[in-house]
Amino acid sequence: MTARLNGILSTFLTAAVAATLLTAPARAADKELTIYTYESFTSEWGPGPKVKEAFEKTCDCTVNYVSVADGVALLSRLKLEGAESKADIVLGLDTNLVAEARETGLFAASGVDTAATKVPGDFKDDIFVPYDYGHFAVIYDTQTLKNPPKSLKELVEGDPAQKIAIEDPRTSTPGLGLLLWVKSVYGDKAPEAWAKLKNRVLTVTPGWSEAYGLFTKGEAPMVLSYVTSPAYHMVEEKTDRYQAAAFSEGHYIQIEVAGMLKGSHDKDLAQSFLRFMISPAFQDIIPTTNWMMPVTATSTPLPDAFGKLVTPSKTFLMAPEEVARNRKAWVDEWLAAMSLK
Amino acid sequence: MLTARERRRALAGGGLALAGMLLFAALATVALLRTGLAARGDPLFDPYLWRVLRFTVLQAVLSAMLSVLLAIPFARALARQPHFPGRVWLVRLLALPLGLPVITGALGLLEVWGRKGWANSLLHLLGVPEPISIYGLSGILLAHVFFNFPLCARLLLAGLERLPAEYWLLSSNLGFTPWQLFLHVEWPEIRRQVPGMAGLVLMLAATSFTLVLLLGGGPAATTLEVAIYQALRFDFDPPRAVSLALLQIALTGSLLLLLSFLSGREEEGTSLTLSPRRPDGRTAGRRLADGLTLALGTLFILLPLSAILASGLKADLVRLVSEPLFLRALATSLAIALPAGALAVLLAVAITGLRLTLLETSNGRGLTARLARLAPGAASLILLFPPTVLGTGWFLMAGPSRVESVAPFLVVTINGLMAFPFVLRILEPAITSHRLRTARLAASLGITGSNRLRRIDWPGLKRPVWMGLCFGAALSIGDLGAVALFSSDRLITLPWLLYSRMGSYRTEDAAGLALLLALLCLALTLGGTPAGNRKPSHDS
Repeated sequence: MTARLNGILSTFLTAAVAATLLTAPARAADKELTIYTYESFTSEWGPGPKVKEAFEKTCDCTVNYVSVADGVALLSRLKLEGAESKADIVLGLDTNLVAEARETGLFAASGVDTAATKVPGDFKDDIFVPYDYGHFAVIYDTQTLKNPPKSLKELVEGDPAQKIAIEDPRTSTPGLGLLLWVKSVYGDKAPEAWAKLKNRVLTVTPGWSEAYGLFTKGEAPMVLSYVTSPAYHMVEEKTDRYQAAAFSEGHYIQIEVAGMLKGSHDKDLAQSFLRFMISPAFQDIIPTTNWMMPVTATSTPLPDAFGKLVTPSKTFLMAPEEVARNRKAWVDEWLAAMSLK
Repeated sequence: MLTARERRRALAGGGLALAGMLLFAALATVALLRTGLAARGDPLFDPYLWRVLRFTVLQAVLSAMLSVLLAIPFARALARQPHFPGRVWLVRLLALPLGLPVITGALGLLEVWGRKGWANSLLHLLGVPEPISIYGLSGILLAHVFFNFPLCARLLLAGLERLPAEYWLLSSNLGFTPWQLFLHVEWPEIRRQVPGMAGLVLMLAATSFTLVLLLGGGPAATTLEVAIYQALRFDFDPPRAVSLALLQIALTGSLLLLLSFLSGREEEGTSLTLSPRRPDGRTAGRRLADGLTLALGTLFILLPLSAILASGLKADLVRLVSEPLFLRALATSLAIALPAGALAVLLAVAITGLRLTLLETSNGRGLTARLARLAPGAASLILLFPPTVLGTGWFLMAGPSRVESVAPFLVVTINGLMAFPFVLRILEPAITSHRLRTARLAASLGITGSNRLRRIDWPGLKRPVWMGLCFGAALSIGDLGAVALFSSDRLITLPWLLYSRMGSYRTEDAAGLALLLALLCLALTLGGTPAGNRKPSHDS
């Protein structure tokens, strides 16, 4: 019996190895650029495939992606690999992770002129180049919620029977975004605000996917997502049903950035990618694939749906160092307020 | 009744399996501790951790108790009623929930029990104004029971069906009342199974992560696993993650040790008669009560599964299955799940062999026997090692240049290790009673070595082995854990694809994939319970 099983096992292992070899990418051009990014960037509807095609046309090189779950996983992966990393470019960190990423000492100054980029909140950095942004927003279902909150204050103090699904700041970047948003608006009074908001929170999910899944299933009429989320539903599903609530205090922003590594084996190529990233060829792809806002002018106007999106009256953005310094204390504060009976 | 050579081989095999598992976990731990990435030096035991510990233990113990307590009447009713239409399918269904990806099961449950779920719609129709909310401890328990109670019932049923026919004959001759029957025939068997089963649920619930956050309603519901994930992924503090993982093993391990004191006597029944005729279960009242128990239990399992079916059917399934990426993910998933299942079977066979051989050589007495009895439980503790910790440790060992080539093997190994404790629960009782049944006879006939394997062991055990393999594979196929860690574009599995669609607004596609994954799991459980499996025995 054991011998038979051994046979079966080795057959399967051989099959597994064969499957791995068969799917290995073909290596055409001599030059290679390895980009570490998150998974929804490289998925078949993400910007990844189009970006690869567009850049390869200009660089006479091959673009290889290595994708992990999200921005946080990206940073962990880099820390795990250290200086040995094969990455030339890391694409997909957000401003809240920038301070920690800088601290690793693995990144090189970009040397890219970012004067042409226009990002609310005035993010400028000599290492990290922004490639898109999106404001956080409460998305609501117009069919079940007739009076959406018009401010964070209304969200906090509103009817506890109208629930919202939010993400956990311990495990997800939107969760951390909401934490910083509340902190920006309420300051020292944030714990009191959370203690009140707690009654409206249906549940706190580990990531964006689960919260948005609960929302589209109809479990909660509101979810923490992005100002740009309704654009997806309008463009791809032709429906106005899901809308973002404009908050009078303003909205917290998430800016996504990329940087090149000191250990890159072809720094010129890496730098030319960063330059390409803020050119129309890349920026045109972003809105309808990553569902975020471009940081420079696109060559063609954005789809109409983007014109219907909420434009935040004010943008909140904390300095990366301030976030890095206070994150633990603020998460603890959040835990305490949310765990009150 | 083993020859010296067979004994040596069993000891070597079992020792190798145990040492291999220990080494795999230890190397990962050492690699993590040697990162040199400075620990933040936050004290481990702060009030937050105490709260997390309390909640972890509370929900895990309650989940285990509820799952087992509900499984007992269900399995008894199922064992008492060996003939009714659809019974085979019901038995197959019992292996399904645990194979589902957690997020799929959770969304199915919410469709039924959520705020806008079927149950609340019904209550609304009946005039209840406010929806009943399950978020909180009740939601977590509901989910853990949904995932675990069916497996417990399945294992108990197998145990009850293994009882020697003579027991039933004798009790019928003695004119046992149903209560006496329960007390003297069924209970000893149930009691023998409970510690192992409850231990499994306890471990699963203690390490539960997505379900706890999703249904817990807020951070008051946090398990150690969440803290480990946070330490490793968000804070990137490997030493803290390792300390927390070891704490998790120590804590749950001591609960399991307590449980092991509950266990009853060793199995001793031997019988060659294959179709026990139970004297009970034939009166109209009994049949009605059993029918009701079975209907309620089945409904509880079936409703969320129908919700998964209903949302899955809304997706464009034809397009989904014809996508090259889907086919690739399917192939990758199978190429991981089947060897993982095989690894789990190998480990279970080796460790059961070790236990039986040690018990035989020590005549069931003394320190050796005590160690032998503890071996399977101790090996099962591997389930408490968070796959993220194992994976990250091995990632460090492999180094960035080699990680892509070894990732498939690591994923298979981690998945196999995580499936092993479940497969052990299936194989250990089957192998034990097979051994009791055939050992003397084989020895007296002088059938040993490979002859014995071919003529006696393989025919007698191929069904449970096949079932263990299928179940191990089903468990592995819905699992995202290890794959997510090594995620590379060459290792796209079905759960990874499902999450990927969910993460890019494609909820409908995700629902379709969930349905396809559920069907795949079902297909695998078919392998475990072939049709015509109404003959309540394990010999072919």
